[in-house]
Amino acid sequence: MKIGAPKEIFEGENRVAMTPDSALQLQKLGHECFIETGAGAKAGFSDAAYEAAGVKVVKTAAALFKEVDVVAKVRPPTEAETKRLGAGQTLISFFYPAQNKELLELANKQGATVIAMDMVPRISRAQKMDALSSMANIAGYRAVIEAGNNFGRFFTGQVTAAGKVPPAKVLIIGAGVAGLAAIGTSTSLGAITYAFDVRPEVAEQIESMGAEFVYLDFAEQTDGAATGGYAAPSSPEFREAQLKKFRELAPEMDIVISTALIPGRDAPVLWTKDMVEAMKPGSVIVDLAAERGGNCELTVKDEKIVTPNGVTIVGYTDFPSRMAAQASTLYSTNVRHMMTDLTPAKDGVVNQNMDDDVIRGATVTHAGAVTFPPPPPKIQAIAAQKPKEKPKELTPEERRAAEVAAFKAQTRSQVTLLGVGGALILLAGLFAPASFMQHFIVFVLSVFVGFQVIWNVSHSLHTPLMAVTNAISSIIILGALLQIGSGSFLVILLAALSVFMAGINIFGGFMVTRRMLAMFQKS
Amino acid sequence: MDYGFTTAAYVVAAVLFILSLGGLSGQESAKRAVWYGIVGMALAVLATLAGPGAGLWPLSVLLVLGGGVIGWIVAQRVQMTEMPQLVAAMHSLVGLAAVFVGFNAHFELGRVLAMDTAAREAATGFAAVLAHKSPVEVNILRIELFLGVFIGAVTFTGSVIAFGKLAGKVTSKAEKLPGGHMLNAGAAALSAICLIWYFNSGGFLPLILMTLAALFIGYHLIMGIGGADMPVVVSMLNSYSGWAAAAIGFSLSNDLLIVVGALVGSSGAILSYIMCKAMNRSFVSVILGGFGNTTGPAMEIAGEQIAIDAEGVAAALNDADSVIIVPGYGMAVAQAQQSVAELTRKLRARGKEVRFGIHPVAGRLPGHMNVLLAEAKVPYDIVLEMDEINDDFPSTDVAIVIGSNDIVNPAAQEDPNSPIAGMPVLEVWKAKQVFVSKRGQGTGYSGIENPLFYKENTRMFYGDAKKSVDSLLPMLD
Repeated sequence: MKIGAPKEIFEGENRVAMTPDSALQLQKLGHECFIETGAGAKAGFSDAAYEAAGVKVVKTAAALFKEVDVVAKVRPPTEAETKRLGAGQTLISFFYPAQNKELLELANKQGATVIAMDMVPRISRAQKMDALSSMANIAGYRAVIEAGNNFGRFFTGQVTAAGKVPPAKVLIIGAGVAGLAAIGTSTSLGAITYAFDVRPEVAEQIESMGAEFVYLDFAEQTDGAATGGYAAPSSPEFREAQLKKFRELAPEMDIVISTALIPGRDAPVLWTKDMVEAMKPGSVIVDLAAERGGNCELTVKDEKIVTPNGVTIVGYTDFPSRMAAQASTLYSTNVRHMMTDLTPAKDGVVNQNMDDDVIRGATVTHAGAVTFPPPPPKIQAIAAQKPKEKPKELTPEERRAAEVAAFKAQTRSQVTLLGVGGALILLAGLFAPASFMQHFIVFVLSVFVGFQVIWNVSHSLHTPLMAVTNAISSIIILGALLQIGSGSFLVILLAALSVFMAGINIFGGFMVTRRMLAMFQKS
Repeated sequence: MDYGFTTAAYVVAAVLFILSLGGLSGQESAKRAVWYGIVGMALAVLATLAGPGAGLWPLSVLLVLGGGVIGWIVAQRVQMTEMPQLVAAMHSLVGLAAVFVGFNAHFELGRVLAMDTAAREAATGFAAVLAHKSPVEVNILRIELFLGVFIGAVTFTGSVIAFGKLAGKVTSKAEKLPGGHMLNAGAAALSAICLIWYFNSGGFLPLILMTLAALFIGYHLIMGIGGADMPVVVSMLNSYSGWAAAAIGFSLSNDLLIVVGALVGSSGAILSYIMCKAMNRSFVSVILGGFGNTTGPAMEIAGEQIAIDAEGVAAALNDADSVIIVPGYGMAVAQAQQSVAELTRKLRARGKEVRFGIHPVAGRLPGHMNVLLAEAKVPYDIVLEMDEINDDFPSTDVAIVIGSNDIVNPAAQEDPNSPIAGMPVLEVWKAKQVFVSKRGQGTGYSGIENPLFYKENTRMFYGDAKKSVDSLLPMLD
């Protein structure tokens, strides 16, 4: 198949859907690669670099659309671009089919197959083509960098000859992919980082990235697993508790990065006007949800504003595009993985397998029919959270009582054991003759010594222990040796056999033990 | 020589044996301890040969040496992965010897009882000991001898079957004849009847009948136990061989036999106890074979197994600072211990912290993994027990599971309905990344699905363990 990437025509879009690296990989799958001239220029990939990777450079977008079978793009196509698609042609790009119903209809009318990169289901196997995640990762990183750019101080605290610099305090709202990436970037720059999320189960992830989870003392808990790992709208009471917490934090925070989004809805307003007013002058808010109205009440989409009290609010929506080289590399890899799944035989023939959860989920039009929305995937994305039982905190008195009880139980069981054992031995002594009891005492004492000694044997030496007990259990040879002098032939024969077998065991057992022990070495 | 000298020698030998077992508490003292055992054994044998009651000692010495040569050769040649078989085989010899010695005691007893008073006085050797017994003592002797033969016979066939299972000559699946445990119970009841019969008549027929029944019990009991339960079985047989020796010691009135038998018996019993505890199962449920019925539907596992290739694993290892390797029986089967050791050396040479986490029942013999790793020259101070290492997984970058399954199954902690619920396991899933080297997608011995394989931080590294690890080696920079 022929795969081509046109130049993005969206204003300010710097990314490209194919890089020389991804083209090499695509060719390995048996595909031919095409690129519109200058498509990669803004992301730092020259036409020459593409040609060196075996990609044919095509003069115009029109020629490219005519030439190829699969068109790879970043942004959703414009109406004009969609009209260029022909029957049997495939488009791979972000598409947002829920918001772009008309475009979807149009593509379907053209007979094209559309694979929406934003519709890739969130299951483990599809992570490698999850372009939303890879773009969110970039956005999170870039948000911190952008904040730093507009923030007049260090992130990290320093004590210098010229005075002490306090560390910056960063609050990150929403710990999705972007939020976590922002936490990572912020902590590695040295800022004190706090993070908040409505899903309590992400607390662990937040803490693992080095940020402090902002706990909300609230009974209601949402389980993110039920919504495919995304956040769900919360109740008004919860929202109130949340805003109260933010109001407390606002005067302290130097930088706020908000990434809270709920799928298919406008961004929730979490950072109100009064919070902005409570912030110190020079503070920065980066609103990654600006595209959907913003988490901050004052955010202006695509613009950077400064409020009267000197707080900078960044409302850019094109963070990935601002890091076009990185974003193109990741996105083109996502596309390439999608192509890998589409050409399982690596023979350059696309197999649109609609039984495959990932391909089915991402395909929004195919064979003249709109296939959006997809049926729910067969595999749950994330295992359902089991309600965790908190281990009860014991008070010192309770713990003390438990210890005493345990000690008492132990004493009781030991005394019972000793009592029963002693009684049994006494009972045996009443009936058995003295000669038997003599041996019996030896036996009981040996068992006792054995138990005491063996408990100390190190776990790693259990195999040598077995070998050595094996060797010494051939002590049975003594019995055979005592009997071999008997008069009867049968007895001599059996005794001789026993001696012989025990002999094997003695030498074999000790030898093999020695061999094993010699192998144990200290580093 | 007189009797006093022999007794004195026995006391010294007994002390030496106790020291020999006690010395196994540490790797270094163990090297000395084995010599205590050897000296104790030599002393015991020499004292018996020199003492009263022994005869035909040229023949005895010849036989001991003959057996010794065979034992020596076997011990030199055996592969460390074949240790479980060897141990089982050696148990069977002890069991059989106990049966023979018990039979002999019976024959001698019959001979002595048939003698008249004058001949009794003139009897020498073992017969002399018997001749001086009162009727009550003779009865006790019969019980002791009977028990010795019974335990010996069970040990013999049990060990032979265990050997077959471990060596792969007998199917390692749990198999039972129709009738199941009723057959065992029947054979045990028959033995009990024989005991009463024998006690009253003293004839050979009940003894031989009981022996056959005991042989059958040994065979059938062990046939009904699956491969992964072998650590318990082998230590149990170890224990039995000790008790058999002790019972024979009673019937021969030989204190050293009693002492050593009791030592070995209690050692095996403790090992069985430790193994059972490590599997969170009662001894009875292991012996009766198979897993108990689950109390409810198993927790559904969501997610999927994701495979990874050698490059991915190597890249993760190159980035990791701390690595924990959890080996299991699969490593022994694939003979991968040398490769694993080589991997360890390479990683350690790069300043990475590499440790091993050993579950008590990993492998087919208590301590099996430790011996294999020691053979491959992995230093023992980085090979840690489950309790020592379990808390370290959350701070570990990479955990590698090589050929183990149930001992790393999170279902034991998370799913109260799982058949292995409550069994202590190595918490590998808490590591940042887990690689599982496994032959294919099948379930483990217990047939339980392992949710570990479906966890988000788990990657499956399919293929033969040795080949997989070998393919990693050149990729580590």
